[in-house]
Amino acid sequence: MIQINNISKSFSEKKVLDDISFTFETGKINMIIGESGSGKTTLLKCMVGLNEIDTGEVLFDGRNFFALDFNGKKEIRKEIGMLFQGGALFDSQTVEENVTFPLTMFTDLSMQEKQERANFCLKRVNLENANDLYPSELSGGMKKRVAIARSISVQPKYLFCDEPNSGLDPKTSIVIDNLIKEITEEYNIITIVITHDMNSVIEIGDNIMFIYKGKKYWEGNKRDILKTENKELCDFVYATKFMKELKSKF
Amino acid sequence: MQLFYHFGQYFILIYRTFSKPEKLSIFRKRIFEEINLLGIGSLGIVAIISIFMGAVITIQSSSNFESPLIPVYAVGVAVRDSMILEFSPTIVSLILAGKIGSSISSEIGTMRVTEQIDALEVMGINSAAYLIQPKIISAFFFNPILVIYSMFLGVFGGYVFGIATGVVTDYQYTLGITYMFKPYYVTYALIKTAVFAFIITSVSSYHGYYTKGGALEVGRSSTKAVVYSSVLILLFNFLLTQLLLI
Repeated sequence: MIQINNISKSFSEKKVLDDISFTFETGKINMIIGESGSGKTTLLKCMVGLNEIDTGEVLFDGRNFFALDFNGKKEIRKEIGMLFQGGALFDSQTVEENVTFPLTMFTDLSMQEKQERANFCLKRVNLENANDLYPSELSGGMKKRVAIARSISVQPKYLFCDEPNSGLDPKTSIVIDNLIKEITEEYNIITIVITHDMNSVIEIGDNIMFIYKGKKYWEGNKRDILKTENKELCDFVYATKFMKELKSKF
Repeated sequence: MQLFYHFGQYFILIYRTFSKPEKLSIFRKRIFEEINLLGIGSLGIVAIISIFMGAVITIQSSSNFESPLIPVYAVGVAVRDSMILEFSPTIVSLILAGKIGSSISSEIGTMRVTEQIDALEVMGINSAAYLIQPKIISAFFFNPILVIYSMFLGVFGGYVFGIATGVVTDYQYTLGITYMFKPYYVTYALIKTAVFAFIITSVSSYHGYYTKGGALEVGRSSTKAVVYSSVLILLFNFLLTQLLLI
């Protein structure tokens, strides 16, 4: 389980996260939702240590990340898989080299073993026969799938996804969502997904936290979210005229 | 205040850069990749510049040495000493600041804005050590080789163009380039080059590493990297000359 307690973060004078606490459960897809600029990505970056926090704590199965020394943090980071918004694949490496990169850095596996693991991970994300392609030769959806394959190559305990569906068509978005769901259940890992795509929330969200202007405004599950009376959340969920009409009918 | 901020950031980055590499075999591989990219890839441009520099110094010297009291072999001395003392280490380093400095800055800057550096950090890899250390080490050891290569080509260029234009004879030029040769000048040039290599790679990496924004900022970082590296090369050229030659 990952627990965040009373996290606050400011950039210069501007407070972007204000006293946020939440518990992310194992084997479930935990979603952080909110409009653009609400602080979702900052929160995720704080959780993985890319941003320092001003106050609060992040506990990875009881281990306080920010209280650890460099090596302690490194050990936790080896258990983290992260899917970045743009994929963040290494341009100079092929798909296979990207997937085997964490294995090359942290294990003593032979070339053949690494290749087998890469093939397994690429097959898992339905991307066979792409081993020798470079990221510039891949579509947006393929890049995301390679990034997922890279994240799972080291069998992480924690999977962080920053807007996995951004820039993808609805059909590809569903493929990525289902992949994240399957992987979470298969490996029984803690998955944290940042999104503002309500289709994803309804499709795969187990636990949901809604952030508004840097504060946690609401938490619950996908059934609760449709019945909520929270004004800010309703404005977010039922943003379109069509959705508002739909809500009024039920 | 901004100056102190950048100094602080730069030294923190250098401190992070020189921590123990994650895996020695990968580190070795990365050094050879960088030697190939930054060093071997610069052989062509260094050759062209050096040959023509040598040729121009030969012609300019001979046209300026009009007094009959100055022997013609002084042209060879002028070419040798100019190439060794200044043209090869400093001018070639300035050219390399433009070529490899902008390449380093845009490579690392692009990695920053496309979150590739964040990806390395999240994996638990010291991104500064992984990306920057092999660049600094490869340039530190390979740029002096490039400069020796430039010295030879400069002197050779002077010889070829001197003979071809008839401003100097084979005997006079050969006598000139061997006349009162001081090996310490080469040591001085190599020390300068190693310092300049460190400046080019570290300053360019710094500008790339702290790029914020998008494509426009990557371009700006690249320009800043070249400008600051060049200014620092000129400044350190003066300081090292004071320290080592006087």
